Amino acid sequence: MSQTVFEPWNDPQAKPLIQFKNVTKRFGDFTAIDNQTFDIYEKEFFALLGPSGCGKTTMMRMLAGFEAPTEGTILLAGQDIAPIPPNKRAVNMMFQSYALFPHLSIWENIAFGLKRDGKSKDEIAARVAEMLKLTRLERFANRKPHQISGGQRQRVALARSLAKAPKLLLLDEPLGALDAKLRQDTQFELMDIQETTGTTFVIVTHDQEEAMTVASRVAVMDDGKIVQADTPARIYEMPNSVYVADFIGEVTIISGTARRGDGAYEVSFAEGQPTLFAESDTEFANGQECHLAIRPEKVSITAEKPSDRRNALEGSILDIAYLGNLSTYHVELAGGQIVKAQTANTRRLSRRDFTWEDRVWLSWTDTAGILLKG
Amino acid sequence: MRRLTGFNVISLTLGFAFLYLPMIILITYSFNSSKLVTVWAGFSTKWYGELLQNEAFLDAAWVTVQVAVVSSTIATVLGTMAALVLVRAGRFPGRTLFSGMIYAPLVMPEVITGLSLLLLFIGIGLDRGIFTIILAHTTFSMCFVSVVVSSRLMTFDESLEEAALDLGCSSFQAFRLVTLPIIAPAVISGWLLAFTLSLDDLVIASFTAGPSSTTLPIKIWSSIRLGVSPEINALSTIMIAIVAVGVITASLITKRASLRQQADERAAVRA
Ligand SMILES: Nc1ncnc2c1ncn2[C@@H]1O[C@H](COP(=O)(O)OP(=O)(O)OP(=O)(O)O)[C@@H](O)[C@H]1O
Ligand SMILES: [Mg+2]
Repeated sequence: MSQTVFEPWNDPQAKPLIQFKNVTKRFGDFTAIDNQTFDIYEKEFFALLGPSGCGKTTMMRMLAGFEAPTEGTILLAGQDIAPIPPNKRAVNMMFQSYALFPHLSIWENIAFGLKRDGKSKDEIAARVAEMLKLTRLERFANRKPHQISGGQRQRVALARSLAKAPKLLLLDEPLGALDAKLRQDTQFELMDIQETTGTTFVIVTHDQEEAMTVASRVAVMDDGKIVQADTPARIYEMPNSVYVADFIGEVTIISGTARRGDGAYEVSFAEGQPTLFAESDTEFANGQECHLAIRPEKVSITAEKPSDRRNALEGSILDIAYLGNLSTYHVELAGGQIVKAQTANTRRLSRRDFTWEDRVWLSWTDTAGILLKG
Repeated sequence: MRRLTGFNVISLTLGFAFLYLPMIILITYSFNSSKLVTVWAGFSTKWYGELLQNEAFLDAAWVTVQVAVVSSTIATVLGTMAALVLVRAGRFPGRTLFSGMIYAPLVMPEVITGLSLLLLFIGIGLDRGIFTIILAHTTFSMCFVSVVVSSRLMTFDESLEEAALDLGCSSFQAFRLVTLPIIAPAVISGWLLAFTLSLDDLVIASFTAGPSSTTLPIKIWSSIRLGVSPEINALSTIMIAIVAVGVITASLITKRASLRQQADERAAVRA
């Protein structure tokens, strides 16, 4: 690729737009955000991903100014934002509930923020028209929010938060109410908007596929902490913990003990099962507990024992999950360990190679899996 | 489909007769051409004409309207503010006491309210007149406004106000541009309620009125002691009309607002 990659987090010269410095947020004696330090850079599309109640909305509300950190500071463009009230921040938030003003028309909803800035009538009209066009809402300008569909309302909320061209836009589960097709359309729309306006986005989502599609970086959260923040590809291919590996996509975790071999670690995980081999950058001591995480699509499934791979296990098919373009096989090994393998469905169903109870061989290369400490 | 049985028709008629017969008689006799209240002598609107000539009644009517408009307006402002604090401020020390104290006048006997206000006005040396009636009416109608408005505020989505702040409003602008227009139906019905309460109050007004400021209810009350005149009937008919319009408008506004809210909620569920 000749294109320069967008990775400001690897550039020591780059100035972050947002800096969280040892930020803790407590509600009473409950800690919602636990001593977090991280940066978000200009023009990023930063996705917060995590289970319900892990503190994603709290993070957003602190940026928007509706909650103050209990400890630590948040800097926006180098400035501490603690003393700045929400109406003075160059930050706009799109609420999960949309929070459209029911007594105002779509046009007036979008113009609301612009009017507060004391812009001229013509300027406001031009900007609103631009936003309506961008979100394909021109035909609905004169309707009230209760007269349009859920997806349209979601786009009004988006247009309203975009209208002021904020430095930073916070989207709290913006696509939650949309069907798969509209969701995908809107995701691409968002990325388009982001490219044309250069706004920095922070997006909260429950949907990992969405995070993978739109984000420049994904932050996986657990219990008030960011466990890993990295590009979607690295989060998927190089999770830093079993939690992240398990949270993003499908994975098989095989727990055993590591022993340094020649070039790769040898992992023994169960009585009577062959040793597995895995290359790893992380250091393990001999006999240390380890977890081999392996994605199902990297596991081949064959009827005969493959001759070219060291990692080969025999088992019987327990379950087949048919996903349309793919099938995931759940294969049970002799000790009860289940390993998932995925194949592309290039043939019609009736001519499928394997079926329930079949004895099969699973195999993968030394670099396919990743060794994790915990 | 359920049908009205004979029994139902009879109970309905009896019930309504019980409620409205006195008023119907009053309204009918206000159009009586005879000076004798109980003898029907043909239809006439002359008592309404006479009423317009009666300076004392007109003065009293003017006082009543002034008192009702001013006191219900002040009560609406104060009642809405109290409702905002009660619903929004969350827990603060003394909240239960505060809300109890706001709602107490609802159940307080009017005689007590009137008497205590009278004692207060005498105590601070305030001359009784139109001003003291306004103060008194504001005091007791404010809690009605507060009840109406706070029940609306309970279901108000606070993220709307946050959104307004987020888009650059000051807190006051957010209230004026977002919260107030949305809760306006409740505020208006609160105002109408306060207005009609003030219009027909006799007890508290008689405690707090001075010689120079007689309200209509006081005037009517004192003149029927000299005998019921057809003029009084005419006057009462007009008051019934005003109160009826007020109450009907208030309930229509509330009904429309709640229908609208239901429609919004249905739309939100479909989304
Ligand atoms: N105002 C509050 N008072 C007390 N606890 C709160 C408050 N707001 C949030 N919490 C708690 O903080 C934790 C994080 O809440 P938050 O809303 O940030 O979760 P979330 O990650 O956005 O979850 P979800 O995905 O369900 O929206 C939760 O356990 C929640 O109960
Ligand atoms: Mg949330």
